[in-house]
Amino acid sequence: MTEPVDEHDLQAYADGKLPEDRHAAVAAWLAAHPDDAERIDNYRQLAEELRSTYQGVLDEPVPERLRRALHPARARRFALVAMWVAFGAALGGIAGWQLHAGWRPAPGPIADTGAAMARRAAVAHAVYSPEVRYPVEVRADQEAHLVAWLSKRLGAPLRAPKLDAVGYSLMGGRLLPGDNGPVAHFMYQSERGTRITLYVRTEAASNQETAFRYAKEGNVRVFYWMDRKLGYALSSADIGKDDLFKVANAVYQQLNP
Amino acid sequence: MNEAQRLVELIPRLRRYARALVGDRATADDLVQDTLERAWAKLHLYRRGTDLRAWLFTVMHNVHVNRVRASRVTDPLEDEMPELAQRAPQGDALLVRDLDRAIVRLPAEQRAVLLLVTLEEMSYEQVARTLGIPIGTVMSRLSRAREKLRAMMLGQPLAAKLKVVK
Repeated sequence: MTEPVDEHDLQAYADGKLPEDRHAAVAAWLAAHPDDAERIDNYRQLAEELRSTYQGVLDEPVPERLRRALHPARARRFALVAMWVAFGAALGGIAGWQLHAGWRPAPGPIADTGAAMARRAAVAHAVYSPEVRYPVEVRADQEAHLVAWLSKRLGAPLRAPKLDAVGYSLMGGRLLPGDNGPVAHFMYQSERGTRITLYVRTEAASNQETAFRYAKEGNVRVFYWMDRKLGYALSSADIGKDDLFKVANAVYQQLNP
Repeated sequence: MNEAQRLVELIPRLRRYARALVGDRATADDLVQDTLERAWAKLHLYRRGTDLRAWLFTVMHNVHVNRVRASRVTDPLEDEMPELAQRAPQGDALLVRDLDRAIVRLPAEQRAVLLLVTLEEMSYEQVARTLGIPIGTVMSRLSRAREKLRAMMLGQPLAAKLKVVK
């Protein structure tokens, strides 16, 4: 015996987790300590009994509700995609009519109240929020890189608001194409798995500030507003208007301290 | 095989662990369901190539702790099961003969360690990582869990003490 046998050795012995030489050494020690030998033998018997008691559970058919628990997003995704397709068709109709009428985007702040942005944001939310593996392009563990990258592409200093106080943590973000150029898209998630997205675009033409406006596109709720150079839209399909409003307030306060 | 398929394959093991952890079947499956829903929502946080089973059992552990807290079930984590001594009816009734009933009488934190080691046959390091505790704590909880279980099942030190109390 080189090392004295301690309780850790005895537990590992009972679990058959010791290397061969140490196992032999502990066995020899136990031969000289009958009380401990009996105790460890009891542990082994109990472990055996425990395994055999619950062995049967492994062979039970898995209830359907447990299988379904792994695919809650699927039902939601179908609903969102349906909404998106319907919306796309509507957009196509509008665009066709506008082209027919020789429509051109009117300059100035009056033409764009942000409603178009809200629709864009709702679509982006519908497309990306049900994603399981790739909800974001750059994850929150690289937040500094994410914010620097998006700020550079939008040509404006951005910040990803911290929403932990209202129960949401940053998952990450991505770059999207928008009407006026690149758009920054941040995604947040709550403990319960509900998601919200923040869509941020530059407002090249306008320099206005607006109050919160609310829109509902399919099952996606959106609060949107403009704050000088930037336009914001906060979307969720998972939470109600009041809860979303609270988050929108938190975002606004963070960005305008 | 993708993570979703691997999660499906792990369901029977989650159920086995949950059954031993909480005792009855319906509650155990509720726990499994909550765990799977949460795991699904958090799957983007799982780092590919790491131990998916350990990750999943960590999710289950957290869900379980939250459920116990929320429901205020009398299952305080530091409970040293004084109820066994207080209830003390008479004679042989003191001995808990059924292993499953004995298991749920263990303090929750010791029970989790014992079950991960015994049913899941995890290494002590894996148990430490899964439960987020130091390995020394794993060993001491394992040791105490086994001794209590042995006392309950074999009516040795603890039962002997109870008889004296009576």
